[in-house]
Amino acid sequence: MANEPTIEPFRTFVSVAVPIDIANCDTDQIIPARFLRKALDDPDYARFLFHDLRFNAEGAETDFIFNASAYRGAGVLVSDKNWGCGSSRENAVTALVANGIRAVIAPSVADIHYNNCIQNGVLPVVLSDEDCATLRRQLRDGPGAEIAIDLETQTLTGPDQTSYAFEVDPFDKHRLLNGLDDIGFTQVHDQEITEFVNGYSARHSWAG
Amino acid sequence: MAQTLFEKIWHEHAIVTREDGNTLLYVDRHLIHDLHFRLFDQLKAAGHSIREPDKLFGVPDHSLPTTAKTLADIPAGEMREAVEVLESASKEHNFTHFSMTDDRHGIVHVVGPEQGITLPGLLLVCGDSHTSTHGALGCIALGIGATEVQHVLATQTLWQRQPKSMRITITGELGFGVTPKDVVLAIIREIGTAGGTGYAIEYAGPVIDAMSVEGRMTICNMTIEAGSRCGLIAPDDKSIAYIEGRPYAPKDAEWDKATNYWQTLKSDNDAVFDNEVVIDGNAIAPMVTWGNSPQWALPITDTVPDPASEPDASMRATMAAAIDYMDIKPGMPLSEIAVDMVFIGSCTNSRIEDLRAAAGVVQGRRAKVRTLVVPGSGLVKKQAEAEGLDKIFIDAGMEWREPGCSMCLAVNGETLEAGQRSASTSNRNFRGRQGVGSRTHLVSPAMAAAAAVMGKFTDVRDLAERT
Ligand code: SF4
Repeated sequence: MANEPTIEPFRTFVSVAVPIDIANCDTDQIIPARFLRKALDDPDYARFLFHDLRFNAEGAETDFIFNASAYRGAGVLVSDKNWGCGSSRENAVTALVANGIRAVIAPSVADIHYNNCIQNGVLPVVLSDEDCATLRRQLRDGPGAEIAIDLETQTLTGPDQTSYAFEVDPFDKHRLLNGLDDIGFTQVHDQEITEFVNGYSARHSWAG
Repeated sequence: MAQTLFEKIWHEHAIVTREDGNTLLYVDRHLIHDLHFRLFDQLKAAGHSIREPDKLFGVPDHSLPTTAKTLADIPAGEMREAVEVLESASKEHNFTHFSMTDDRHGIVHVVGPEQGITLPGLLLVCGDSHTSTHGALGCIALGIGATEVQHVLATQTLWQRQPKSMRITITGELGFGVTPKDVVLAIIREIGTAGGTGYAIEYAGPVIDAMSVEGRMTICNMTIEAGSRCGLIAPDDKSIAYIEGRPYAPKDAEWDKATNYWQTLKSDNDAVFDNEVVIDGNAIAPMVTWGNSPQWALPITDTVPDPASEPDASMRATMAAAIDYMDIKPGMPLSEIAVDMVFIGSCTNSRIEDLRAAAGVVQGRRAKVRTLVVPGSGLVKKQAEAEGLDKIFIDAGMEWREPGCSMCLAVNGETLEAGQRSASTSNRNFRGRQGVGSRTHLVSPAMAAAAAVMGKFTDVRDLAERT
């Protein structure tokens, strides 16, 4: 059981990428709070992503870049600094996945959102401010341009074929490449957990 | 080797550390609220059960209309379902649950410390970013995502990378009318909303030492707004006195054992932090945020900034968009911004001290705009009523409500209308946070009360009596 992939493994990925020119894009923008109680298999889930930026009060599409036809079906987002800050809502990642987005490139990604991405098979790629700005400009200038990501070699190729190396935590890489879920992985350590708890409860009986 | 407070607690909870530094940590306390009601079915479907249900505490908060006293008062649909499912899951899985008819219920981050569930030296988690609040008592408190919540339910453990360490020291002393909320807004303004990303932040210095435990919770609460998911403060006599006698706190011999251990919980004198920030407490004034990011806070005496003076192009554009969204003008004095509504509540500012501070300003005055006062728990509400604070609010024409998150997240039916502006004691001023098209300015309870009675942002120092 521990070795069965529960999320789709991430290896190489080539897709249209969409630039999101918002600094500090908080998870309230990624998915407004009123959708947080929705079932994860809700058929409308894809529409919740950036909902209030994408749709006006009457439900019609706005001119927000995500709606532009050239970027339809984008599997990669390139954003600005502090992507995913604010609320810990994992629904923000669920909404990305519902739209087929498998990677987010940004100069920085908020801590909790970063972990939520990993848990759902979405790769957060942190590149410099400058590189992200370059990629966003290229994607704006050439709507529909693609970005290629190779997780194994930790490289990303931009629309102009420039390649960028990126860092990823070895454990996160292992999780993404194998699509393992953490519970299965942790259960391998069951014996160590039991032993730890016995020692801990003796040391800190007050904490029980 | 010299260790920080965070490192001491971290190492005490490390079960397995991988070569790459990822660590499997033991979790002492797990709190859960109604927005996670769907997790129980998912856990079951995946074939898992709850490993240590006696370490799990549930309480409804987000989905409670603050006019509702019982389940039947919640409109049928998702809101009621969320509250109902959490309660039935508590029975099925045998974990502690404070139902909405129990005085002990309230906002999860108010209830934990109030019940003595939160203790120094523990590792506490909750599927909510403001879990950082609990660190005020000297524990590692982490906000986690929904998949991590499931992991903790199934294993009572959590995988984490050890964050870097930052110490923020507030020197001097706070001036008249300056509160913990103003301190934390000043901190976020200083380091920015990404300043704490990747760090655990320890708060220290004379201002923190002099601060009440409730005030420290306000500081730790908004640590996440500075990008850090974990803020903490070393336990001292004040925190130990706060905990003593609380229902879930250790008793008798266990109390002695606990307090002996808690005395050791402080950063060693020669501990090295990856980053040190010092802020002059004497210079902090009552603050108001003007834009859609908590870092955009300024002293009430200041004016709306001009994006033209921002050197970074993308930041300039974001500022201009915020000024447009908030319908304000560069150069406009903050004290000229009129509000449509005031919200006093949320896990940042809904404890008894917050209500006392607000009531102190309101007493003998009348609210010029609609004002909701929402206590953080049933016990806070009772205490406030025993002190007659409810009367002060009601006599001023304000609405005295049942506990819950209310307009902080506005998923309980209580929202601003599009275009309306609030003075709010909550923690986030993001676009649409208090309803589609809503405009939120963050302030302290005293400043919110001042805005309520004046109908616009007002320097509370001009209203309050100096004693
Ligand atoms: S009061 Fe606001 S920030 Fe606190 S838990 Fe509730 S919704 Fe979250």
